[in-house]
Amino acid sequence: MATKGILIDSTRCIGCGACEKACKMRNNLPLGLENHLSATAYTVVQERRPGIYVRRMCMHCENPTCVSVCPVGAFTKTAAGPVTYDKDKCIGCRYCMYSCPFSVPKYQWDRVIPYVQKCSLCADRIEEGSEPACTAACPVGASIFGERDALIGEAQKRIRDNPSKYVDHIYGLNEAGGTSVLYLSSVPFDKLGEPFTMQLPHKPLPLYTWAALEKVPTIVVVGGVVLTGIWWITSRRDEVKKFEERTQQHHWWQPGKKNGGTDKDPERR
Amino acid sequence: MLLRMPKITLWRIIIAVIAALGLYYTALRYTRGLGAVTNLSDKFPWGLWVGFDVITGVGLAAGAFIIALTVYIFRIDTYRPILRPAILTGFLGYSLVAVGLLYDLGKWYDVWHPIVFWNPHSVMFEVAWCVMLYLTVLALEFSSVVFERLRLNLLKKLIHMLIIPLSILGVILSTLHQSSLGSLFLIVPSKLYALWYSPYLPLFFFVSAVSVGFAMVTMESFLSRRFLGKGIELNLLNGLARVNVLVMAFYLTIKLIDLANRGVLGAVLSTRFESIMFDIETMVQVVVPLLLLLIPAVRTSARGLFVTSLFIVIGFIMNRLDITITGVEASSGTSYFPAFGEIAISVFLVTMGFLAFAFAAKYLNVFVHVQKKDEPPVAIIHDVE
Repeated sequence: MATKGILIDSTRCIGCGACEKACKMRNNLPLGLENHLSATAYTVVQERRPGIYVRRMCMHCENPTCVSVCPVGAFTKTAAGPVTYDKDKCIGCRYCMYSCPFSVPKYQWDRVIPYVQKCSLCADRIEEGSEPACTAACPVGASIFGERDALIGEAQKRIRDNPSKYVDHIYGLNEAGGTSVLYLSSVPFDKLGEPFTMQLPHKPLPLYTWAALEKVPTIVVVGGVVLTGIWWITSRRDEVKKFEERTQQHHWWQPGKKNGGTDKDPERR
Repeated sequence: MLLRMPKITLWRIIIAVIAALGLYYTALRYTRGLGAVTNLSDKFPWGLWVGFDVITGVGLAAGAFIIALTVYIFRIDTYRPILRPAILTGFLGYSLVAVGLLYDLGKWYDVWHPIVFWNPHSVMFEVAWCVMLYLTVLALEFSSVVFERLRLNLLKKLIHMLIIPLSILGVILSTLHQSSLGSLFLIVPSKLYALWYSPYLPLFFFVSAVSVGFAMVTMESFLSRRFLGKGIELNLLNGLARVNVLVMAFYLTIKLIDLANRGVLGAVLSTRFESIMFDIETMVQVVVPLLLLLIPAVRTSARGLFVTSLFIVIGFIMNRLDITITGVEASSGTSYFPAFGEIAISVFLVTMGFLAFAFAAKYLNVFVHVQKKDEPPVAIIHDVE
């Protein structure tokens, strides 16, 4: 199955909030307007510049940071595109929140047993052959669902057809190694606020830690061999020393040695 | 028989207050959740408990593996008197890290999950396994002291037979996770301030852990002598300090080279809050201790070594907190200062650690060469210099 995704065209968004509401209904979240992503809002529409609305949600990275950092593998990048979360595996270390380049995972801070909360791209609906609740609810087609490759083609076409309307940049094409959620904008992305202002490398972030992690087997093997080697040498050295001391005791006639030298010991005299 | 009331002293009152506050916030944390006790938020999910109790704690306990390496692998027998206190500190330090984790993890009762749910791509997974295994190694290493006290000679002999493979395993595990704590931050290049973010973070974490390991052993010895009348001979501590000069000089050099290579050396002179914190941290952790240890009078006096070690330890704590907290504040879009409850729990855990150390030092044969308090330790110094 080709990876699915969402194309968010901020030039078309009218800020009606239908996606927010559909998302909350779909995920049984308390209704009510929220300005920021939270444990009870998996998507929000924000007016980032006068008349320019930007919808925030999980980017569903192609090579997700959360999937890589989670010590218990609670996150999965499914073949269909969504990045899903298994609340039963989660131990609550919040490394996903600390490291997500888009600051997407949110936490139930007020609960005794808290879970991480974020958009799942309605993975179950996609499985059924349907589309996410938010794109289905969008009345103006500002968010459209489809195969990622097709969405990239569509985005390129829109930029080509209307070069004066769009900045020539599909956000999410390469950011952090590419994401399943893509953005189009009429103003440069670095003027749209977080997370677009952040200078993200095009290299997938998990590769940064993998550069260190891949050395682990080498350190174990080399460390084991070197340390055992050093120990063998030092213990052999001590053995030899002991042996020499023992054999020299038999050479009682040698002056100055332990037994032979007793009568020359000033304290004995 | 009369039951005597324990004497009320200032220290005991302080400890009682710390314990009472600690227990209160412990109850609050487990009945009301993280939000009720901490200043953590969606924008700032890691705070004092991760930064100090876990990440700093592991580093402060690094002395155990260095001294085990020195005595068991290099077989430098002179340092044997330091072995037991260092391993005890390591064991207590890592135990506190484990307890600290139980406070910080949202689903603390699932702390064992990394054993069954694997993700070898996660640095945290590797750290979790190393810390679990190393805590076991330390427990086994220290168990011989307990067996000795209980006169279980057979068990003590068994540990003695295992001690070399255990030490080798301990050194490998420590090397891995001390450096991996730095690798944790490799994945936030866009979030962590440029003076701290470096591809060499694992190396910096490892080298600074070695340095603070020496400093911690020295401080413990000084405090033990002061309060328990037991300690380590000064010439041994002097030897550690001299090795530490090399370690710190190496650390400072690679840090400067890295800053220059990444073209951010100029940021050291910036008046940004982060830059000032970086400068203070570097001065306290490396520059001042290096300068102090160049003075023979400092190097050869117990007080001098203690003050130097104190600088290294404080600088080390600053470094770890700068990386986990200060360095990511700007990109988080918010500011964080630990809540009183977070501080109370951290102080509580450290105090419990000190008490456990004092208790063990009193009832177990931790300081093998017991020296009387009034015995002048300076007498030995002529052998060294």
